[in-house]
Amino acid sequence: MSHGQTSLRFRENSARAVGDDTLRAAMRHAADTFGARRAEAFAPVADAEGLRDRASAIRDEVLSNLPAYVERFVASATRAGATVHRAKDADAAREIIGSILAERGAKRIVKGKSMVSEEVELNAHLEAAGMEVVETDLGEYIIQLEGEAPSHIIVPAIHKNRRQVGNLFAKHLGVPYTDDPQALTKIARKALREKFLSADAGISGANFAAADTGSLVLFTNEGNGRMVTTVPPLHVAILSIEKMIPSLADLPAFIRLLPRSATGQPITSYVSVITGTRKPGDATGATELHIVLLDNGRTGILSGESRDILKCIRCGACMNVCPVYRTVGGHSYGWTYPGPMGLILTALLTGMEKSHPVVDASTLCGACEEVCPVRVPLVPLILQLRRRKVREGFSDPNEKRGMALFGKAAASPFLFSLGQRLAGLFWPVARVLGGKDVAGRMPAPAKTPFRRKAP
Amino acid sequence: MRVLLFGTCLVDTFFPEVGEATVRLLRRFGVDPVFPKGQTCCGQPAFNAGYDADARSVARHFLSVFDGADPIVTPSGSCAAMVKHHYPELFRDDPRMLEKARRAGERMYELSQFLVRVAKAHEAGLRGKGTVTYHSSCHLTRSLGVREEPLALLASLKGATFVPMPDAARCCGFGGTFMAKLPEISCALAEEKAASIAATGADTVTGCDSGCLMNIADAMERRGTPVRVAHLAQLLAEGL
Repeated sequence: MSHGQTSLRFRENSARAVGDDTLRAAMRHAADTFGARRAEAFAPVADAEGLRDRASAIRDEVLSNLPAYVERFVASATRAGATVHRAKDADAAREIIGSILAERGAKRIVKGKSMVSEEVELNAHLEAAGMEVVETDLGEYIIQLEGEAPSHIIVPAIHKNRRQVGNLFAKHLGVPYTDDPQALTKIARKALREKFLSADAGISGANFAAADTGSLVLFTNEGNGRMVTTVPPLHVAILSIEKMIPSLADLPAFIRLLPRSATGQPITSYVSVITGTRKPGDATGATELHIVLLDNGRTGILSGESRDILKCIRCGACMNVCPVYRTVGGHSYGWTYPGPMGLILTALLTGMEKSHPVVDASTLCGACEEVCPVRVPLVPLILQLRRRKVREGFSDPNEKRGMALFGKAAASPFLFSLGQRLAGLFWPVARVLGGKDVAGRMPAPAKTPFRRKAP
Repeated sequence: MRVLLFGTCLVDTFFPEVGEATVRLLRRFGVDPVFPKGQTCCGQPAFNAGYDADARSVARHFLSVFDGADPIVTPSGSCAAMVKHHYPELFRDDPRMLEKARRAGERMYELSQFLVRVAKAHEAGLRGKGTVTYHSSCHLTRSLGVREEPLALLASLKGATFVPMPDAARCCGFGGTFMAKLPEISCALAEEKAASIAATGADTVTGCDSGCLMNIADAMERRGTPVRVAHLAQLLAEGL
């Protein structure tokens, strides 16, 4: 679904979100619920810190040898009967998937949840080619009906309350209004069941790819992931290259960490491991499996200073605890990935020119790092991007002048005192930076600064 | 025992009463605080906004002013964290300065940390009054790892009742330059913090960072809930 990137308007987007009481209430409720569930889920885990260390080390190892693991995965998956495609960017991924489907005359597509497919704006491309693409994850289904993009990587409709969903279903599905979550789920299930049974192809993402066996691993809760990947004869999976883990033997650490971090579950309802195509004697499975490995700038990130963001396993815990995210919601960030991990990926994958305001969307409070299951150094990564923003000339010229002045004045006691005497150093700098917004929120400087009374 | 007192630019410029309270407290515990007159700021505003060169020039000045062997004490978790954790980053390519930064980091104490670990002030039976709640500021809590010390000090106040704040460690929205760059979000966060404070029913809210307390005081005033906002140093000094 293409909505156009609006990251450059982060401040306007977020100012609007701050004034939207319905959104704020939905976000507060959801973020608090997930945050609390996460804490409960980790409470009984013995040595959770050790588990995080282990998972972090595995992700480090993968990134240190990523090309080799990708090669290994391609060979293993191919041996298991899959066809693996390498897509260097979003265009290539869309082309590859569009062609696979078109060549087989596929018209009706069911889709499991995939943020990478959002990143490459796959649905719009397939719809333009005359295909019907139906999102089958309940949250994704809701926002597809609304014509929106996901606002959270795990809980795509986190910004909507049940009354909004009730109205949406009544409008689009011809059912009487209800805001009972169970009734709404049943309505969606009925509508989707028909789609599954008549689909020509299923498209899914993947949470991990095991290099040794060529297996795809999916964590899901609604059962739709299994339907998408096993009911239609053709399964196309799209995932980004950094989703590798060296071996299926590494999976248990992530089984213990990912669901707990994401939704506060000890494990998701389903953990699917898909190795190649359906074999004689198999009860289920697609007869044809295509795996599209997306690069889209990741190889470049791998060799640079921001490499560690590729450790991320997309649990969304960082956004649930982020004070900024929970206040403004995911759409404010203006691209596929929101919150702390999202703003970093947005700047790296779409470029500073299209995204620089989002690198300021953090108070550097560090709540994100406290919950990251694989110890992504989120705050240092955000600081790095701010330096890059300055270096590449995307910072505000007034701010730049203000900081240069600050750098000189605060390195000289004479200038510093002078600044204080001229109604404080911060006062005018703050005025330049933020106008009345700041000046109105700070007290006036003291008549006698502390330095004149200090021992 | 002699310590070098880093007042911080905010205390120096806006809240001299916090500096004076810090001095009185330290003296009560037999500590002789010396305020190096050349001091200015730790450079955090520039560092956090990505201006490393400007931050480095301030950091270099700080390190020359606070050179020596005495412990450095500051009534700010955020500024202590800047010196301890970010100065080494700023000088990672300069071995001589890096060594200086590391040594300064080792000598650096946030006030409540010093009062508990070195001065044992929590065992002194200081007096307090009313009901007090506590905001656990971000860099103090997560960067320095100082969680228990302020609580131990508050718990030791005879005559005061401590009331925990819901989500005490959630950011108040100050964030240094964040408040200037994204004021809508900053104000929204401050409002939420103010609501958490009001929900405790406490008559005083305290903390260890003047930036956060300044932001909180403004939000309480806008909210119209009469709650006193005071730095922990002030509360403790009043009970001497």
